[in-house]
Amino acid sequence: MPVPTLEDFMSRAYAMELEATERYAQFAEQLDTHNNREVAQLFRKLSQIEGLHAKRILEEMGWPSVPALPPAFAWESTEAPETAPFDALHYLMQPWHALEIALRCELQAVQYFDGIAAGAVPERVRAAAKEMAEEEREHVALIKEWMKKVPRPVAGWDEDPDPPRLSE
Amino acid sequence: MNAPITVTALQAKDFKSDYKPVWCPGCGDYSVLTGITKALAMLGLRPENVAVVSGIGCSSRIPAYTTCYGFHGVHGRSLPAATGLKAARPDLTVLVASGDGDGYSIGGNHFLHACRRNVDLTYIVMDNHVYGMTKGQPSPTTEPDWSSKLAPGGTGLREFHPLVIALASGANFIARGFSGDPNGVAALIAEAVRHPGFSFVEILSPCVTFRPEQREWKQAVHPAPVEPTDDPARAARRLMTDDGFNIGVLYKGARPAFAGKASAPLQSVEDLECQFRL
Repeated sequence: MPVPTLEDFMSRAYAMELEATERYAQFAEQLDTHNNREVAQLFRKLSQIEGLHAKRILEEMGWPSVPALPPAFAWESTEAPETAPFDALHYLMQPWHALEIALRCELQAVQYFDGIAAGAVPERVRAAAKEMAEEEREHVALIKEWMKKVPRPVAGWDEDPDPPRLSE
Repeated sequence: MNAPITVTALQAKDFKSDYKPVWCPGCGDYSVLTGITKALAMLGLRPENVAVVSGIGCSSRIPAYTTCYGFHGVHGRSLPAATGLKAARPDLTVLVASGDGDGYSIGGNHFLHACRRNVDLTYIVMDNHVYGMTKGQPSPTTEPDWSSKLAPGGTGLREFHPLVIALASGANFIARGFSGDPNGVAALIAEAVRHPGFSFVEILSPCVTFRPEQREWKQAVHPAPVEPTDDPARAARRLMTDDGFNIGVLYKGARPAFAGKASAPLQSVEDLECQFRL
């Protein structure tokens, strides 16, 4: 998809951050409902972080409010590169799983911005894409560090001795 | 003098209510809810101009999760309720939400006749090939060899083919979506709403609790390799040879939507009450 101007690029980046913000917030709600408070809190934190990125884009561009976005971008994949899929969750998931999802999303974001920077785009767009890719790389490193601090799930983490829905 | 009222375009979040869904984390229905709210925003509608009608089942919880008018009705009876609503309030955009059990089994007969009547409704069926809410019984679209504790060895029964049935019964728009693609679902629903008459959108929406293997659907789905047709015979051939994973608009008919017959002037409410007096 062509990216003719810096404004177009930044509105895409904004849409990407906003979708990630909303999705993590939805995940937090889902896990709250299923009483997995620890992971819910983590997703809420991830949502706040993405929200700050979105806000920073608005500030950098001097946009007083949300730019006029098309209702749905035609992303190369089904959703924005930094948006985690709905089916990634499990009600017994642990913080490590949530960080694994976030890591995958950040890596996709790096790939997306690198792709734009490598394409036939105006110099200002290329510079902004490189900067964004660099930022996302920093996030990748941070999440990897974060993952070292949480216990890695052991086999059978998804086995529930008292399943909420027993099919017999 | 009052200042003029400015009507601003709404965003998807404006169609989401404050009620938190209670579906299982990972359920495809979250994505369908997102698709519906995005579609309504894309269409430039307002919640007060939309009604979401449903029956019973996991998918039928959707009306409560929107800010639109909602009716969470009787099992399998969402389509008659929606038909009545649309007949009485043709100005409303009426969406009907259902699942494969509610829509094709308990409400199967209503499905046929709603297609036949061609009232301007959009029927969204979240198909996960299982009764999720009641703990995993096989539904009409369950594969005959799907073995579970409740149906050891499988039912041995041939699956219901909703798209073929819809076409044969007269649906004016037939599409299939996949919950793994909420933006694609939104686009399909928006197109279905815009198309006159009865629009049927079947959405493959995995049940991660009772059919965890359905997570693999994301590898199986693919865009339909053909453009939508308005020729029922061609559509029938396509649908009969369909692999169940073609995504997109598969049929766009040209039948005019049911508009009702010119009738005698309406009776007053008092006259109607008289008829029910014992």
